[in-house]
Amino acid sequence: MVSDTEPTLEVRNLRTHFFTKAGVVKAVDDVSFAVRPGKVMGLVGESGSGKTVTGFSILGLVDAPGRVVGGEIRYKGENIATATDDRMRRLRGREIAMIFQDPMMTLNPVLRVDTQMVEAIRAHHSVSHKEAWQQSRDALGRVGIPSPEERLRAYPHQFSGGMRQRVAIAIAMLNRPDLIVADEPTTALDVTIQGQILYEVQKLCEETGTALIWITHDLSVVAGLADEICVMYAGRVVEHGTVDEVLDQPAHPYTRGLIGSVPSRNRRGQPLTQIPGMTPSLLNLEPGCPFKTRCPDADAVCEAEPAITHPAAGRDVRCHHPVTAGAPLEVTA
Amino acid sequence: MSVFIIRRLMQAMLVVLVMSFLVFAGVYVVGDPTQILVADDADQAERARVIAELGLDQPFHMQYLQFLGGALSGNLGESFRFNEPALQLILERLPATLELAFVALAIAVFFGIPLGTWAGLRPESPVAKTIMTGSILGFSLPTFWVGIMMILLFAVILGWLPSTGRSDEITYVLGFPTTLFSLDGWAHILLPAVNLALFKLSLVIRLSRAGAREVVHQDYIKFARAKGLSESRVILVHVMKNILIPVVTVLGLEFGGLVAFSVVTETVFAWPGIGKLLIESISFLDRPVIVAYLMIIVLIFVFLNLVVDIAYSILDPRVRLQDMKS
Amino acid sequence: MTALQDDPTLPNRAPAAAASADSGVETPFRRFVSDYRESSVAVVGTVAVALIALIALLGPLIAPTDPYDLATVSIMDSRLAPGEAMMDGRAAWLGTDGLGRDMLSAMIYGLRISLGVGIGSGAIAMLIGCSLGLAAAYYGGRVDTLIMRVVDIQLSFPAILVALILLAVLGKGIDKIIVALVAVQWAYYARTIRGSALVERRKEYVEAAASLGLGDRRVLFRHLLPNCLAPIIVVGTVQTAHAISLEATLSFLGLGLPQTEPSLGLLISNGFEYIMSGSYWISTFPGIALLVTIVSINLVGDRLRDVLNPRLQR
Repeated sequence: MVSDTEPTLEVRNLRTHFFTKAGVVKAVDDVSFAVRPGKVMGLVGESGSGKTVTGFSILGLVDAPGRVVGGEIRYKGENIATATDDRMRRLRGREIAMIFQDPMMTLNPVLRVDTQMVEAIRAHHSVSHKEAWQQSRDALGRVGIPSPEERLRAYPHQFSGGMRQRVAIAIAMLNRPDLIVADEPTTALDVTIQGQILYEVQKLCEETGTALIWITHDLSVVAGLADEICVMYAGRVVEHGTVDEVLDQPAHPYTRGLIGSVPSRNRRGQPLTQIPGMTPSLLNLEPGCPFKTRCPDADAVCEAEPAITHPAAGRDVRCHHPVTAGAPLEVTA
Repeated sequence: MSVFIIRRLMQAMLVVLVMSFLVFAGVYVVGDPTQILVADDADQAERARVIAELGLDQPFHMQYLQFLGGALSGNLGESFRFNEPALQLILERLPATLELAFVALAIAVFFGIPLGTWAGLRPESPVAKTIMTGSILGFSLPTFWVGIMMILLFAVILGWLPSTGRSDEITYVLGFPTTLFSLDGWAHILLPAVNLALFKLSLVIRLSRAGAREVVHQDYIKFARAKGLSESRVILVHVMKNILIPVVTVLGLEFGGLVAFSVVTETVFAWPGIGKLLIESISFLDRPVIVAYLMIIVLIFVFLNLVVDIAYSILDPRVRLQDMKS
Repeated sequence: MTALQDDPTLPNRAPAAAASADSGVETPFRRFVSDYRESSVAVVGTVAVALIALIALLGPLIAPTDPYDLATVSIMDSRLAPGEAMMDGRAAWLGTDGLGRDMLSAMIYGLRISLGVGIGSGAIAMLIGCSLGLAAAYYGGRVDTLIMRVVDIQLSFPAILVALILLAVLGKGIDKIIVALVAVQWAYYARTIRGSALVERRKEYVEAAASLGLGDRRVLFRHLLPNCLAPIIVVGTVQTAHAISLEATLSFLGLGLPQTEPSLGLLISNGFEYIMSGSYWISTFPGIALLVTIVSINLVGDRLRDVLNPRLQR
C-alpha cells in the first residue's frame, strides 16, 4: 500500500541504546517505518521488543541511561532526532502527542483534571485561562465524557480507568496534533471499554487527519484498526506490510508464531506462547538472527545477521528463510 | 470537611486529657520540692505551713483534680520559685521560642526542599552526593556542640554576630512580639535559628530527595513532559506538589520537635524562651512550671497534628475521600 | 508469565552470578562482606569504629595521665593551650581544661564513659524492646494493642523531652542516665521487631515449629528472633549513635552525668564557659571526638541498612 502523500513521520535506521552498568542494551536497533496523514501504523511486539522505546524516541523522552545513538526521525521532513530540547518541547503535545499504557498512572493524582488540561493548551498557545478551560471542556465532551463541565473540576482518582484513558486521549488531542503515539492505551482496560476507546480514537483521527502509531502486543487490536503493521522483535522490525498482507501472508516465522499463538488456535502448548527473551536479554545478544534460538526454520545461515528483503512492493522482511507468498499459514510446532 | 475537622478536634481533646494525667502523674513523683523551698533551719510548723500552702499535703487524686479544675480556667498553678502564675511565665517566654522555631523551620524548608529535590533529580551528580554527605553530617552533629562552635567562629573569632541573647528591639505584629523587623533582631536570631534548623534541614533534604526520586519516574511526569510542558513547570508543579505532601506532614509534626529541641539551642545561646525556663525549673524542682511547660507542649503537638491533618487533606485529595468513606 | 521467571537470561540474575564468580564459594556471610565492602566510605567508618572502640577499651593504658587522680592534676596547669608544657614537664598535646586536667587523657576517659553509656543503654533497650515487641507480635490481641499503644504515644514525643522529664524525676548519676536512655530507645526496638516478626510469623516454619509442640518461648527465641536480626542490627547501630549524642546533650544541659565522671559531653560543657576568652580547645577537641564517633557509627549503620535491607537486594 504505497501512498503518494508525504509521510507525517519517517523513522530511518533508528537506534536507541541504554548504557547500563552491566553493558549496552540495544533496545531499538535499526528500526525504520513511515506513517502518513490519517493512517494508522500498528507497532506489534512482545514486552521488551523495543516498541515502547521506539515511541519514546519519537517524542525525545528516552530516560537516562538511554539515548538515541543513530538514525533519523523525520517529522514532516525535519530530523527531530537531533533537535534541541526546546524545539522538542514545542513539538511535544502540540504536533506530536502520546497516550500511555496505564491510565491509572498517567494523570497526576494531586492536580485537578482542568489544571492538567489547561496547562497542556497554555504550554503552546497564549490563550486566556478561561478560553483554555472552555477548550478543555469541549475536548472532554468529544471523547464521550458526560457532564464535562463538572468532571473538569474533579481529581483523577474520581474517574474510572476507562474514563481516565478518555481524559488522557482528550489531552493528547487538545492541540490537534498531526501525529499521536499510542502505547497500548487499551491494554489495561476492560474489553468493552477497549472497543469504545478504539472506536473513539479511530473516529477522531479520521476526522482530523492525524497520523497514528498504535503500539500493542495484541494482533487482534491492530487487525481492526491499523492500515500497516510493523512487527518488532528484539529491537528490530522483522516484518512490515499492510495489515492484510502481514496477517494473511506472514513472511517471518515470528509473525507466523504470533498469529498462531492467538489463544483459540493454541491449546496444546505451542512453543511461541511462552515469551522468553525480553529487552534485557538484548544485553547479551549473540550475533546473527535474534530469533534463531526459537525459530523452527533456523539453520546455519541464521548465524549471520539477516538483511531486509522485499518479497513484494512495500513489504519488508528480515529473515533468511521468509515464507513465500501463497504458502499456507501453518501453526508451527 | 467540617465533619472531618470536628472529629479530629474531639480526638485532640481526648489526647490532651490523657496527656494531662500522664504529665501530672509523672511530675508528681519528682523529688521533694520542700527541700529546696523551705529553709533548712525552718521548724516543723513552718514546714507544714509551706506544704499546706502549696497543696502538697493533699492525696494525689485531689491534687490532680485541683490541677485539672485550675487548668480548665487557665490556671496551671503558681511557680514555687517566682511566686507568679506558671502559665504567665510560660506565655511571656513562648513568643521568643516560637519565633526561633519558626525561623528555623523556614530555613529548613527554604533550603531543604530545593537541595533535596535537586539531589533526587540528579542522584549521581557530585553536587547531589555532596548534599547527601552534608545531610548525614547534619544528622550526626550534636546540636549543642555545633552551637558552641558557631559562637566560637562567628562571635569570638570573626566577631560578626552577637554571641548570645535576643534583641531588645521588639515589634508587635497582631499582638505577637517579634524581633524579626529589626536588623539587630536578625543578627541575634541567625546563629540560634541555623543551629536549631540543622537537624531538620537534613531531614527535609532526605525526605525531598526520596520523594523526588520516586515521583520523577512516575508515568504522570513523563506524560506531563509529553504534553510539552516546560521543564520548570514539570518540576515546580508536577514533581513538587507530590513531594510536598510527605514533607508537609512530617514538618508539621516536627515543628513540635523544634519547640522541644529548642531547649538545647536556647541554653547554648541564652535565648530567653521556654526551653531555658524549663531547664531552670527542673534544677529548682519548680513543679507547676514543668507541668505548665509540658501541657503547653502537648497542646502545641495536638494542635499541629490537627493542622497537618487538615493541610494534608487539602494537598492530597485522595485522603479526603477516604475519610468520608470511613 | 511464569515462564519468565525461569528464564536464565533475565538480567536480575546476572549481577548475582557475577558476584558469586569472584568470591568462590558463596556463603551468606561472604556475600554480606563483599556487598558491604563496595562502599569505601563505609569501610573507613568501620575502621574508625574499631579504632575508637580499641581506644576506649585500652583507655587507662594509653592515656598520658589519669585525669581522675587528684594527686597528679594541678590547678596550676589549668587552661594550657595545646602543646604547652605542664608542671611535670610533659606536653599537653591537646591542652588542659579549667581544672588542669590533660585534655587528651580526659577525652580518652570521657570516650569510655560516652561509649559505655551509649552501648550499655542500647543493649538494655534492645533486650526490653525486643522482648516486648516479640511478645506483641506473637501473642497479638490485647497484649499487642497495649504494648503498641504505649510505643506510639512515646514515639510521638521527641526523645529529648522524654529524657529531660525522666532525669528531672530521677536526678543525676550514671545509672539514672542509662535508665533515661533506655526509656527513650526501647520503643524503636519494639516497633521494629514487631514489624518483622509479624512478617516472619506468617511463614510456615513458625507454624511448623508450633505444631511440633515446641513451647512459646522456644518458638519465640529460637525461631522468630534469629530471623528478625537484620533490622534489629540496623536499628541498634543508629540508636547507639543517637544515645551517645543524647547523653552528651543531656550532660551539657546539666542533667546527665556528675562532674566526677565527665563524658565527652560534659567536657564540652565545661569548656563552654571558656569559649569567650578564647580557650577554644576545651570544647572543640572533645566535640570532634564525639562527632567522629557518631559519624562513624552512622556510616556503618547506613551501610548495614543498604546491605541488609531485603527490599534493596538485587
